[in-house]
Amino acid sequence: MELLVASAIGILTAAGLYLAMRLRTFPVIIGMSLLTYAVNIFLFASGGLTVGAPPILSDATTYTDPLPQALVLTAIVISFGMTAVVVVIALGAYLGANDDHVNDLDEKEGQA
Amino acid sequence: MSHWIALPIVLPAMLAAFIVLVARFHLTIQRVFNLAGTTALVALAAGLAWNASDGTITLYQMGDWAAPFGIVLVGDRLSTMMVLLTAVLAMCVLLYAIGSGWDKRGQHFHALFQFQLMGIMGAFLTGDLFNLFVFFEVLLIASYGLMIHGGGTKRLKAGTQYVLYNLLGSTLFLFALGALYAETGTLNMADLANRVAAIQSEGSAGIRVAAVLLILVFAIKAAIAPIHFWLPSSYAEAPGPVAALFAIMTKVGAYAIIRTYTMVFPPELEITQGLFDTWLMPLGLIGLVVGMVGVLGAKQLDRLVAFSVIGSMGMLTTAVSLFTETGITAALYYVVHSTLATAALFLIVDQVREQRGEAGLALTATKPIQSAALLSGMFFVAAIAMAGLPPLSGFVGKLLILNATYSSELVVWAWAVILGTSLIAVVGFGRAGSTVFWKARQVADTEEPSEDVPEQPKAPVLPFVAIGMLIALIVAHTVLAGPINRYLAATSAQLFAPQPYISEVLETPGKDLSNAHDKDYGDKKDDAHGVADEKEGH
Repeated sequence: MELLVASAIGILTAAGLYLAMRLRTFPVIIGMSLLTYAVNIFLFASGGLTVGAPPILSDATTYTDPLPQALVLTAIVISFGMTAVVVVIALGAYLGANDDHVNDLDEKEGQA
Repeated sequence: MSHWIALPIVLPAMLAAFIVLVARFHLTIQRVFNLAGTTALVALAAGLAWNASDGTITLYQMGDWAAPFGIVLVGDRLSTMMVLLTAVLAMCVLLYAIGSGWDKRGQHFHALFQFQLMGIMGAFLTGDLFNLFVFFEVLLIASYGLMIHGGGTKRLKAGTQYVLYNLLGSTLFLFALGALYAETGTLNMADLANRVAAIQSEGSAGIRVAAVLLILVFAIKAAIAPIHFWLPSSYAEAPGPVAALFAIMTKVGAYAIIRTYTMVFPPELEITQGLFDTWLMPLGLIGLVVGMVGVLGAKQLDRLVAFSVIGSMGMLTTAVSLFTETGITAALYYVVHSTLATAALFLIVDQVREQRGEAGLALTATKPIQSAALLSGMFFVAAIAMAGLPPLSGFVGKLLILNATYSSELVVWAWAVILGTSLIAVVGFGRAGSTVFWKARQVADTEEPSEDVPEQPKAPVLPFVAIGMLIALIVAHTVLAGPINRYLAATSAQLFAPQPYISEVLETPGKDLSNAHDKDYGDKKDDAHGVADEKEGH
């Protein structure tokens, strides 16, 4: 299971980073989403992987660390909201400029 | 337990919600409430700073839960000082935004402004790293709204870049937090300090990765080279008052570095040796060079100021990376100076843009602008402060930093770079100022005098009052350099003796649990989670 989770995080991160370095907004946003998935799994695993145990301190000897689950929930909500924001802003920029390159503003404006 | 320390976060949160829900269509009411709220915030921050000035550490436990489980707010000298600085800056910026009518050019300026303040205040006050992440997100999401306030294609494009860059930063922050939690099992800063200190140097790979990731995240926020690329276009395209408010945002990154790397990973810690002197200091110096060369090379006035921000953050990083008491004292003096000078410059540049009309901010000579004498005078003073010429606070700050670098091995490099870039900055600012303000006269002389000036409406007074306030603060920061420096020395001494902070956080008892049974374990988890959720729900 460690191998599965670790490779999932690794593959998601690699794909996310690759896409994030593209030049157009759509792949970049998809890349960002993949990265946030990767980080969510990473956070989830940061408390240690325990199978079939309740996430509370109980009289039983094993339990899953509950805190990463709370962290992950917050992280999911935030990254979801942020992705929505970036989609809206990117759409606005695309509709205005008719161009979806992430790169700096046109050279014709003569800016460094 | 005093509740005052939570108010700088709660007040803007309530006010922002109120403005959005009740006063959405009434600009006057929004202005009145925002001004009243910000004034109250200044008073509140002053009270908190006064309370912390004798070295008291105020602790606030959310929902009365004791520290490593519950989330705490902590007010010490550094936190309250940064809160006060933010409140004062917000006051000036708000006056400018109202005076110049920027708040009318799009919706929800005042609500976003208050949300932004809430995030910044929270980031300064929190004693928990995950909570710091949440407040970072609060201030970022408000800043996305402010950054594209007023719309326009160029601004939206710059906004997209800014948001994407910060999204990447947030993801990195989460990776860092996950790694820290996996290694130590806690995210409370005081608790982390204890546990990290107990880690042996073998098997410390994980915690070292976490330390580097964390400093990377804060470096993105603080625009330290080589990850400063987001700054010039974001700050240049953002509305003037928003860029001025953003002056404090880079300092949030610097604050986070100072806080985390004096407490959690203190300089004497064996496992993080080399992080600062080998990496951070050269990067600070490179940032200084990049910024000041950018000042010289910029073709537009707003980009010039944005590059000077990178330069000043480089200078700040150099001072911080010493991680000695004198270094941090100098850095803190420079934080205040650079925040005020940056804000003043962005506001002045915005006025120039307003007055010049079509010519915009390109560094070419055009007709003289209205109230050119006053504006150019203000630009002159603010540029002197920013470039670090005597007699203003930039010079004092630079002296303090030069003095502090004596202890470093890189002292020759630091002196050479700091002094060399000062010269470049002076030339850059001088060239820009003379092109924009002086050459205007020549253009006017060559043109026929029939071009009538009075067609322009008279410039409003309030923006100049706001800029004047900032310049007055810079002057005060210079005149009172002695007492301020003594206070900052005490602040930095408190940072380097974190034991009272740690024991205050960890040893204060929370809610009485003696008559609670099994079910309370579950509640505890719900609480940590609930508080975080509540934060982000604001």
